[in-house]
Order: sequence, then C-alpha cells, then structure tokens
Amino acid sequence: MNTAGPAILAEGLTKRFEDFTAVDHLDLRIEKGEIAGFIGPNGAGKSTTIRMLCGLLRPSEGRALVAGFDVDREPEAVREHIGYMSQKFSLYGDLTVRENLRFFGGMYRVARKDMGERTRFAITMAGLSGREDALVRTLAGGWKQRLALGCAILHRPPILFLDEPTSGVEPEARRRFWDLIHDLAADGVTILVSTHYMDEAEYCNRIALIDRGRLVAMGTPSQLRSRHLGGRLFEIRCAPLGAALQVLRDAPGVLEAAIFGDRLHVLLGPGGLDETTLSGFLEEHGVKAQAARLVTASLEDVFVQLVSGHHEGQA
Amino acid sequence: MNIRRVFAMAYKEALQIWRDPRSLAIALLMPLMQMTLLGYGVSLDIKHVPLCVFDQQNNQQSRGIVERFVSSGWFSISHTLTRQAGIRHAMDRGECIAALVIPANFSRRLATTGSVGVQAIFDATDVNTTNIAIGYMQGVVALINARIDARWAAAHGVRLPRTGQVDLEQNTWFNETLDSRNFIIPGVVAVILALVGAQLTSLTVSREWERGTMEQLISTPVTALEVMLGKLVPYFVVGLIDAVFCLAAAAWWFGVPFRGSILTLFVTTALFILVVLDIGYLISVRIHSQLGASQVALLITLLPTTLLSGYTFPIDQMPAPIRALTFFVYPRYYVTILRAIFLKGSGLADLWAPSLGLLVYAVIIIWLAARAFRKRLD
Repeated sequence: MNTAGPAILAEGLTKRFEDFTAVDHLDLRIEKGEIAGFIGPNGAGKSTTIRMLCGLLRPSEGRALVAGFDVDREPEAVREHIGYMSQKFSLYGDLTVRENLRFFGGMYRVARKDMGERTRFAITMAGLSGREDALVRTLAGGWKQRLALGCAILHRPPILFLDEPTSGVEPEARRRFWDLIHDLAADGVTILVSTHYMDEAEYCNRIALIDRGRLVAMGTPSQLRSRHLGGRLFEIRCAPLGAALQVLRDAPGVLEAAIFGDRLHVLLGPGGLDETTLSGFLEEHGVKAQAARLVTASLEDVFVQLVSGHHEGQA
Repeated sequence: MNIRRVFAMAYKEALQIWRDPRSLAIALLMPLMQMTLLGYGVSLDIKHVPLCVFDQQNNQQSRGIVERFVSSGWFSISHTLTRQAGIRHAMDRGECIAALVIPANFSRRLATTGSVGVQAIFDATDVNTTNIAIGYMQGVVALINARIDARWAAAHGVRLPRTGQVDLEQNTWFNETLDSRNFIIPGVVAVILALVGAQLTSLTVSREWERGTMEQLISTPVTALEVMLGKLVPYFVVGLIDAVFCLAAAAWWFGVPFRGSILTLFVTTALFILVVLDIGYLISVRIHSQLGASQVALLITLLPTTLLSGYTFPIDQMPAPIRALTFFVYPRYYVTILRAIFLKGSGLADLWAPSLGLLVYAVIIIWLAARAFRKRLD
C-alpha cells in the first residue's frame, strides 16, 4: 500500500449507463483512518461509486485510486487491500457461519495459523457464539450483517467499503454495528460507509452528501451544518400548519420553510424577518403562533436545503 | 494460481451440492433413467416382421412354405386371409408390413414346370425396415428353393451337378452376433454424459449471480481460473459417478461385451467429462439466469450430440459438409473411443486421434471459459 497519499482518491469519477448518468464527475479524498459517510437518497449514486472504487464497475470517465492503486488498471491490487460489504446480503445462505468464514478466509488467503483466531474474533464480534454451525439463511438480519462485516475484515484490510450495511436492520442492531465500525477505525482502518439514515451521518468523521450522482457537499457534520445552511434555523409552533407554510413561502428573508412534525422549521437569511418578528408576521396573516426558537440544524435540514438549492440551480 | 483458493472454492461448492440432496439425486439418477429409455428405445434390429398370408392353394405343401417363414424367426403371421382385398386393409391399419400371396395352382405348377411364383407385397413407407424385411424374405425363399431342389433330385435319382459356385463365408468381427445394441449402447452412454454433464455445471455460476453471492465473490482477489477449477472439481466427481453408472449398465445390464482396459476407459472418460463440464461452465459464465443457462445447455448439446455424434446416424454416410461439421461435435470422439474400447479392446495407442480431439477441445474450452469470466458487474 502506498503510504504517502490518501486512502481513497477520486477525480472526476463518472459512470454512465447508456444515457443515464449514475455518477457525475465526483471528486473525493478520504484520508487514512477516517470514517467517511456517503449520505444521499436511494438512487443518488452511492452504490455505483462504491462499486467503482472496489473495481467492480469500470468508470466511464475520470479515475480513482484506492490504497494508491488505480481501480481501472489494477483492480486485483485494489481487491487485495479492501474489504467490501455489498448492499444486498451476499454470503452463502446454504453454508453455516463457520463455513462462510472459512470460505472467505480461503479467498483472501488468510494464513492457516491465523484462521482460528480470526474466525473466533469474527464470531465474537458478530455475537454469533454458539451459532457457529447454524445455516446462515436461518439468521436474523442484524446477525447476517455483522457476519458479512466479519467476512469482509477477516484478512484485516486497511480499507473497508460498506454499502448500506444497516438498511433493514432494527435500531438496536444498527447501534451495535456502528460501535463495531468505530472499533475498526480506532485500529486505523479507513472506512467508507453509505447510508440513507440521516441520523447515522452523525457517527462519521466526515460526510459526503450525494444527490443525483453529484457530490453536493463534503465536510465534518458540524462544518456542514454551519457552512451550508446559509442562515439560521428556527422552530415555531403554529396552527394551522398548511396556511402558515403558504404565508411564509413568499415572506421576506425566509429561505426555506418545512413542516417538521407538529411544528414548522423556518430558515431565515439576513434581512427580512428575524426571530422577534416571525410570530408577529404569522399572527398578522391569521395564523396562531408561539415564539420562535433557534434550533441546531440536523443534517437532514442541511441536506434538504442543499438538495433543493441544487435542483433549482439545475432547472 | 493459488491452490488454497481452488481448494476453498471446491470445498464450498461440494458443501452446496451436498446440501441440495434433491438436485444431487436428480444428477445421479437421471443418467440411469435415460440409459434405460434410450438403451431399450433405440434398436435397429427388426425381428418378427408382421406378415399376412393369403394362401389360395391351402394344401399341405403351401402350408409347409408358410411354416418355413414362421420358423425362420424373422416373421410372425399377423393375418391369414381369404381375400386379396384383406391385404390392403391390414396394411392400412399397420397390422402387417409384408404380405405373402400363394397362387391357387401352386402345387400343380411346381410339379409340372418345376417353378412357380409367389407374390410378396411390402409396405414401403419405412424404407429401412422394408429393405430389411425384403432381405429376410429372400433368405427364406433361398432356403425353400434349396430344399425343393434337393427333394426333386432325390425323387428323380439325379445327382445335382456341382457347378463351380463360390460360397461367401461371412465372418463378422467385434460384434459377432450382429446385435445393433452393442453398437448403439456405447453411443448412448456418450450422449447421456454429454447432456447431463453440461446440465450439471450450467447452473453453478448463474446461481451465484441469481442469489447475489457473485458480487461478494468477485470483490475478493480470486482469479477466473481458480473459480473455474474450484467449481469443476466436485462436479467432476459427480460426473465420474454418472459415467460409472452408465458404463456399468452398458456392460452388465445391456450385456455389451467389454474387451478393453479399465485404465484406457478411465483416462478417456475423465477427459470427456472435463470437456462436457467445462462446456456447461462456459454457458453458465455467459448467461446469468439459471433457467436460461440450463435451457441453452440443453439446446446446444442435445441436437448436435444426437444427430452428429454418429451414435445412430453413421458419420461416413453423411454428405461431406455435414461430415466436416461433426469434427466440432465433441461427443463424436468419445462415441468412437467407447465403441473401440468396448468392442475391439483398443488401447490408448490406437485411440490417439479421437483422444487428441478431446484434449484439444478441453484446452480450447477451458481457455474460453477462463477468459469469459469477468470480475466486473458491467
């Protein structure tokens, strides 16, 4: 592995399927030991990007280096240095837990003397002690995911690609899974993990927001919140919500207004309305409103803001 | 190539075969079933040709003639008619292939002129069968004539002149009983192994695509050659078991004489199984759905194998372009080899040409299959 450069580097990475562009000139730089989150809706191009980085899909344009190796020209060298967990569960259901581990240990040529210890580690990590001889298809979702992770790290790869590892897994199992990811990162493993759960983005060192094949923003969660919102976010209880939304759409200084549960989230830019005048403005227009309250934006707010601006820009 | 990966792949594949006992049972029993069907179904020998007789004379002498036909074993009387029109009826209904008409003045003419015609009528819709039946008929008539001559000579106290006649003394080698089964059964074995072998492996790669396990597999550093060898090893064992079943059935159940060496049989059979498994594997690599792969495997093995392998239709009698085509039909080499080993006891030295054919085939297919396996999703 090339020790100098970043773990993952993509420049103008593009993938077209006939006339559909799944990934559109993506630039990415992920340093060693980072947990990088790929966040975006389904169909944003997350899986396609990860597959290109694993050498499973050929880039239509641009290039990418993983562990210093070109994914298009040296895919086998890339594969020696990575672990990959595909979005769809893809271990052998008709093999037992132990047999799956043994198989992937063989594929990665894990030294025989290390196999016992690595297998034990993977089984403990996945919480599968006592189920070593169960057929994998009989396991529940969370166990399957952790076993898949166990298979992907048997050979101690320096870089790990996890494609929506927690989708369809119950919340408790999701939390456990993220604990495992943090343990691996603490050992120096670089991890690129995609998810469409916004709350999971907070677990990452840095996030890349992806929409329609484009990198919309990249940074730490707090950087993204402060840098990309372009204003301050207020929460206001009011009724009726629909009328309030209507009123605020065209109000001065309002960048964005959205229903958030039983209240409104309103993004205010400089000039126009502010926290003191907001509820008064609503009352004037016949909406009952309480005082506005400044809230910390969630990444979801950031994402909604970025993506809507992006789409308007395109239109 | 790394032997560790080949072994891990073979072990995994063997476990999957073992965990699917229904498919395994089909893989092992199917060849035996086909062996029974094809072995009994295909026979070119015709015995007991149904014959209807219109004996207008109907005396002891004419009945004696009819009796000669029955006792030859080649004919059996289906109808004894009293009217000429009955012949047409019987043939229309397919109840007889040949008819024998003995004239009313049979005995008188034979006695007065020393010669008399009997009429034979054949249903020639199936030319092959008819030709065989005509041959049988001529044989019987020749026997009858010889006896009449002898009797006439004895009655008249004449010694028949020994004219300078040449007798053809026939010697049939290798299949002394002239039983077409001995010729066909080894061919049947080749056809069955070709069909079953391609079916066995046609699912092995497409299954990984369909179940989604391929994506994980190709993200590892495993090579195309390692995947292929690993996957072929357990199926090779299954294929060999199938071959043992079929060959044993040929020798012991159908009684085809086995005169060759087990070693020659093993080497050539192993080579053939390698070819057929790899054909199935190549199809599986190219076609990502199990159903599609299995259908294509059936389609591209069934017709060439049954029509062009020479197992029933002799290659020597095909028109030149078709005959040239048969060199691409790999079962033809194994059909030739099996017949030679079984009936002639040929060794590897005698069989170098068809064995080389199989070897070249194996190398080409392995090369194609290894090249066709792509570690990409697009």
